[in-house]
Amino acid sequence: MDHAVTRKHEKTAPRWWEGWSLLQASVHLGAWLPAFAIAWSLLSDDLTANPIQALEQRTGKAALVLLVLSLACTPAHFLTGYRPILKLRRPLGLYALLYAGLHFSIFVGVDYAFDLGLIWADVHNKAFILVGLTAGILLLALGATSFPWAMRRLGKNWKRLHRLIYPAGLLVVLHYAWSKKGDVFGLRGDILQPLLFAGLVTLLLLVRVPAIKRWILRMRQARVGNPTSTSSP
Amino acid sequence: MGMRRGYGQPFSPSEITPEAVFFNRRAFLQTAGIAAAGALLAACGPQQAATREAAETVTTSTETDELGNPVNAFDEITGYNNYYEFSTDKEAVSRLARDFVASPWEVEVAGLVHKPQRYAIDELLRRFPQEERIYRLRCVEAWSMVIPWQGFELASLLKEAEPMTSARYVGFTTLLDPEVMPGQSSSFYPWPYTEGLRLDEAMHRLTLLGTGLYGKPMPAQNGAPLRLVVPWKYGFKSIKAIVRIDLLETQPATLWNSVASNEYGFYANVNPGVDHPRWSQASERRIGELGRRETLLFNGYTEEVSGLYAGMDLRENF
Repeated sequence: MDHAVTRKHEKTAPRWWEGWSLLQASVHLGAWLPAFAIAWSLLSDDLTANPIQALEQRTGKAALVLLVLSLACTPAHFLTGYRPILKLRRPLGLYALLYAGLHFSIFVGVDYAFDLGLIWADVHNKAFILVGLTAGILLLALGATSFPWAMRRLGKNWKRLHRLIYPAGLLVVLHYAWSKKGDVFGLRGDILQPLLFAGLVTLLLLVRVPAIKRWILRMRQARVGNPTSTSSP
Repeated sequence: MGMRRGYGQPFSPSEITPEAVFFNRRAFLQTAGIAAAGALLAACGPQQAATREAAETVTTSTETDELGNPVNAFDEITGYNNYYEFSTDKEAVSRLARDFVASPWEVEVAGLVHKPQRYAIDELLRRFPQEERIYRLRCVEAWSMVIPWQGFELASLLKEAEPMTSARYVGFTTLLDPEVMPGQSSSFYPWPYTEGLRLDEAMHRLTLLGTGLYGKPMPAQNGAPLRLVVPWKYGFKSIKAIVRIDLLETQPATLWNSVASNEYGFYANVNPGVDHPRWSQASERRIGELGRRETLLFNGYTEEVSGLYAGMDLRENF
C-alpha cells in the first residue's frame, strides 16, 4: 500500500482517510452514536410508551449536546493551546444540524403527519416552538456556509455570520427549557437539566469575552510564571 | 411499532398473598356485575355492560371505555408514569418504586367535618366496595391513556365524615418521606404534593378514590395504595399516595400551581380551547396509537360534568 511511504515533500493528493487523527475519528464516531442508539431502540421497540415524543426528545438532546461541544472547541483550544481541536468546530456543528434536522422532520412528518394546518394552529403563537425554529434556521444558514467556497464569497462577513452560533446556542437551551414542566427563570419544577445546559453555554460564551480572556491569561501567568501561547479564536 | 397488548394471563386469587387484596378481589367480583352496570350507566352506553360480562376475568385488554376506545395495556399503564416523587424519568419510576410499602397505611379525613376519621387502608378496602371504572386520563403534556381503575367514589368517604356547611373545598396531601421517595429531596418543588377540588367536584359520581387497576391492587408507581382519579381534569390533579383529605373553606394551594401559577391552574379542566401558555392543548397522543387525536372538552365527560361549570369563564378559571 503506497500511502505508508508518502513523504511530506511528495505532492501526491491524500486519500480521504489519510490525515485523520484519532481525535477526529473519535468525534465522528461519537457523533453517529446517538443515531445508532435511537435506531436500535426503534427497531427493538424500546422507545418508551410514547415513541414519537421519545424520538423528538432524543434527537433534540443529541443536537443540543453536539452544539455545546462545538461551542466548547474554541475555549478548549484557548486553554490548552492544542490546535487540532479547532478543526472539530465544523463537524460538530454540522452534526448538530443533522440531529436538529431529524428532530424537525420527526415533528413535522411523523408527529403531525405533514398536516400544515394543524401545525400552524398549534405553533404559530407558541414561543417555545418559534424559538426552536429560529435556532434551526440559524443552524441551517451556518451549515450551508461552513465550506471554503462560502468563506471565499463572504470574506470578512463570514466570521460575523458565524458568530450567530452564540445566539443559536442560547435559543436552543431556551427551547429545551420551555419543553419542560416548570419555570426555568423561577427555578421551580423540572428544570435541572435545562439549568445545567444554560450554565454550560453561558460559561462557554463568557470565556470568549476579551476582558475575561485577559483575566484568565493573567491568572495563568501569575501561577505558572511564564507566558502561555495564545492564538485568536 | 404497533399497539401493545401485553396483559393476557388469567388471574387467580391464590397468586395474591396479602389478604386485604384477596378481599378486594372478591369484593370486585361480587360487585362487578351490579356496580359496574349501575355506576357506569351514566357514563357508558348499553354495550359496555355486555362487554364486561363477557370479559368476566380481570384481563381487560379487550375492554373499551364508553366511547369505544380500547383500554391501554397493563405494561403501558404501569411502565410510563409521571411521579416526580420518584423520578422525572417516566420509565424509571416503576423501578424506583418497587420497594414502596403501601401497607400499613393510614388516611386521615379532617378539617371542616363533624366526624373526623382515620382509616387504615385495609379498612377502607373492606368497608367501601371497589368497582371497576374505565376512565381516560389526559396528561397536561398532551398524552393520554385509557385505564381500567378499581376504586370507590370519593363522595362515599366524604359523606361518612359529614362535611360542615362551611366546607367549600377538599384538599389532598401525599406522603412526605424523602427516604422512600427520592425525588422529594429536590428543592425545585414545594413537597409534599398537594391538590384540591371544589366540594361539588369532589362529590361528583365520577370522582374516584383509586385502589387498584386491571383487577390488581394499585401498583406503587401508579399511586398505591390510594389515589384520586378525576378523569375530566389534567392528570396532575389526580394526586397519588394520599395520606390526608381535608375539608376547607378556602381554595387550597396545589403543587403545580405553586410551581407555575400561570400554567397549571386550580381547575385544570381538559379543554382544547384553552392552551397551556407554551404549548397547545388542542390535540394529544393516545399511548399505543401513532397519530395525534383531537382533545375533547372535559376529556369527553362534558355531559356528566359541564353542569358544574355553568356560567363560569373556563379561560379565566383554567
